[in-house]
Amino acid sequence: MSWLLALPIVIPFITAVLAFLFRVSSWGRWISVAGSSVLLAASIALMNAVLREGVIAGQMGQWPAPFGITLVADLLSAVMVVITAIVAVAVSIYAIADVDEGMERLGYHALFNMLIAGVVGAFATGDLFNLYVWFEVMLIASFGLLVLGGRPEQIDGGVKYVALNLVSTIMFLTGIGLLYGMTGTLNMADLASAVDGADQRLLTVVAVLFMIAFGVKAAVFPLFFWLPASYHTPAFAVSAVFAGLLTKVGVYALLRTFTLIFDHDTAFTHTILLWVAGFTMVVGVLGAAAQSDMRKILSFHIVSQIGYMILGLALLTPLAIVGAVFYLVHHIVVKANLFLIAGVAQRIAGGTELSRIGGLYKSAPLLAVLFVVPAFSLAGFPPLSGFWAKFLLVKAALEIQGWIIAGIALAVGLLTIYSMTKIWAQAFWEPHPDGVEPKLSLLSSRDRAAMLVPIAGLAVLTVIIGVMPEPFVQFAEASAAQLLDPSAYIAAVLGEQP
Amino acid sequence: MEFLFAITIGVLVASAVYLMLSNNLLRFIFGLVLISNAANLTIFVAGRLTDGAPPLIPEGADAPLVDVANALPQALVLTAIVIGFGLFAFAIVLVFRAWTTLNSLTPDDMRRAEPEEAHK
Repeated sequence: MSWLLALPIVIPFITAVLAFLFRVSSWGRWISVAGSSVLLAASIALMNAVLREGVIAGQMGQWPAPFGITLVADLLSAVMVVITAIVAVAVSIYAIADVDEGMERLGYHALFNMLIAGVVGAFATGDLFNLYVWFEVMLIASFGLLVLGGRPEQIDGGVKYVALNLVSTIMFLTGIGLLYGMTGTLNMADLASAVDGADQRLLTVVAVLFMIAFGVKAAVFPLFFWLPASYHTPAFAVSAVFAGLLTKVGVYALLRTFTLIFDHDTAFTHTILLWVAGFTMVVGVLGAAAQSDMRKILSFHIVSQIGYMILGLALLTPLAIVGAVFYLVHHIVVKANLFLIAGVAQRIAGGTELSRIGGLYKSAPLLAVLFVVPAFSLAGFPPLSGFWAKFLLVKAALEIQGWIIAGIALAVGLLTIYSMTKIWAQAFWEPHPDGVEPKLSLLSSRDRAAMLVPIAGLAVLTVIIGVMPEPFVQFAEASAAQLLDPSAYIAAVLGEQP
Repeated sequence: MEFLFAITIGVLVASAVYLMLSNNLLRFIFGLVLISNAANLTIFVAGRLTDGAPPLIPEGADAPLVDVANALPQALVLTAIVIGFGLFAFAIVLVFRAWTTLNSLTPDDMRRAEPEEAHK
């Protein structure tokens, strides 16, 4: 089955190479759309296989684990790969309208597909050093995408993004070195038992190194400053895919390592995570309240929502992990969609600064409807996907008498509504300050289709998750069970052990 | 030998942190290069320093006949060096570009993406 695991990584690589070769023609964008669609098909096939057979592992080059590089897909990995492919399809279609020829010539589509390859690789790998390599693939592609175009704001945001992410990378590398020195292995399934024999105090130190490294990637308090400094500067298609996927790779890495490897001293590590989660939620949402630009508001909301996912991990009860997994998937869809919508607003209303735009509700009611779905979902209105995600997490917190953290989670939900209402009131409800009517017909019919189809698709997905949460929650439960009892994961990688 | 390495790594990290905190982007990059080499040395030492032979298996044998050095950390370090080289090449070009477009290498002056009077 290992080809099925390698396929979602190989496809974006091939697409990137082809897109690079055809970067000066208009073929590049169609190659990107086709490649993403094939990736989606491959990831659904992988998901089917995982649902049918349980955890799948493949040893690259036939080197048996723990010596070779292992690719492994459990339910969490599989669903993350599927959702990555969905976002890739949506954004590659959107890019037809959003990315101009100049950026295409500079290799936008190649970088985009490289980024997707890195993200999928990070989700699919079962080896820590290999995870580092995928992080780097993702990072260098994201560096390129972030500064593509070279406007001064982009360079400025790029410097901060690059600087802090490189520091986090080096932390990660040091952590890997120390962990290898202590256990002699870097295979994650092997590490799960190998760490039992190590010095537990030293292991906690390494755990904190990993926590900081992944915390920077996930943009948690107090390590998130690179995110609101840079996410509002690149092209909208770029910031949508960043917002949807990049921080979630950090969350995924935390979720994986802190359930599989670093679960020896949860009283210490997961208490830190709980504090981090609380502060991340509050600081993110307050930061958003102070902003007046649509993309900056949304950027701070990424930070605040990451707090919810970390909360699920920090509580570490079965229900909390269910909530975290559900939140992860829901958030990727919703957040990417909101950035895509901001892109449409920029095109037809002439900006994302809230004081300078308006009138979208009257002139572009379709866009208003499409905005309401992800915005209310983000804030946690029933019956949208965000409601169930928050409901699961708050219930998990209440179950273990975490009154304060549950209260924080609810209050942050309220403040999220405040920010979404601000966008709604100023961009949609109030008339445009310059008196222009931001109609969707200002876009050419090709651009209109390319921008609205992915937005509508993601909105429909949000509604489907919200109206029929049952199968998704069941899936998240099965996935959380695998995370909390990794014996199936370990057996799949290392083979049945006596 | 490990002790000597530990001291070296400590000095590297200390100089790196000093450089990175000195409010100049170019110094920051130099600090980053130093600290990444400290990380590489850490991996190297973590693989145990031995005076074994090169890890080569003679023809006809299935395993090395004498004690050999651990080859894995060297492979890891090599990968990290290559990746680091690429990242630093990008970072240096980016800093140069920041110098030409923003006319400053002082992070405190770099407020183009987040203007200070943003809240009104």
